[in-house]
Amino acid sequence: MSFHLLAFYFFAAVTAGAALAVISVRNMVHAALCLVLTFFSCACVWLLAEAEFLAIALVLVYVGAVMVLFLFVVMMLDLREHDTREGFARYLPVGIVVALLMVAEMLTLIGLQRFDQALPTADPAQAAGSNIAWLGTAVFTDYLYPFELAAVILTVAIIAAIALTLRRREGVKHQDPSRQVKVKRADRIRIIKMKAEKPEVES
Amino acid sequence: MISLGHYLALGAVLFSIAVAGIFINRKNVIVLLMAIELMLLAVNINFIAFSRYLGDVNGQVFVFFILTVAAAEAAIGLAILVGLFRNRATINVGELDSLSG
Repeated sequence: MSFHLLAFYFFAAVTAGAALAVISVRNMVHAALCLVLTFFSCACVWLLAEAEFLAIALVLVYVGAVMVLFLFVVMMLDLREHDTREGFARYLPVGIVVALLMVAEMLTLIGLQRFDQALPTADPAQAAGSNIAWLGTAVFTDYLYPFELAAVILTVAIIAAIALTLRRREGVKHQDPSRQVKVKRADRIRIIKMKAEKPEVES
Repeated sequence: MISLGHYLALGAVLFSIAVAGIFINRKNVIVLLMAIELMLLAVNINFIAFSRYLGDVNGQVFVFFILTVAAAEAAIGLAILVGLFRNRATINVGELDSLSG
């Protein structure tokens, strides 16, 4: 058994164990942290498959951004535990049965001969120089249009997320810069003509 | 050596764990979103494995796009969740029935 295979078994075991913890732990913050561990060990598995760019992107995008967003939302919401655990024990048996059936079916489909098909020893990215050059050449030539569409999707997602969470609160004083800029002198002061008043003489 | 079957088996196990998570946490929207992320991760493992096995870059390009869309989906899902919690003060799926679906 080679070192590669041992490392794969280790990373795969950590991935599966952390994924089990995600769906079963009681505390939501712990679930989010276990999901971080799942993504991290999965990035290690991807590194074993020599997908270096995507492994680092997984760590940066998921562990760095998406999971922080999850943690932020979990901590911001005031969750009651009996709410989130309702029906856990009731649906546990059927969940386990369905999951085991699906694993058995998918492993049957994969079949034993797939375990004899070793991955090619030469990294296919070698011809292009590196994994990033290999992937980047494909993304910026054949997939340029989908790449730009992905950028549009991200922009739409940002705008949608802001629009969904934005709210105008009543009774809060705030500045309106456009009104401040457009204001005229006549809006603020009024010049009136009147006679000068005499000071009162103290007796 | 690591074979194609090892990666596919890992993807299958991860996908099934996510399905089990959807079954047993059906009242909790946040864990449902996490289970969807796990499913996408399982699919990505398959893409990476086949990309490596066939020496084809297209699999990795698809993983790239799936990561993009999954990040957008998580952001919008959590924004909807925050809006729901603000209005209803709950994330229990059973109580979110104002559309009477």
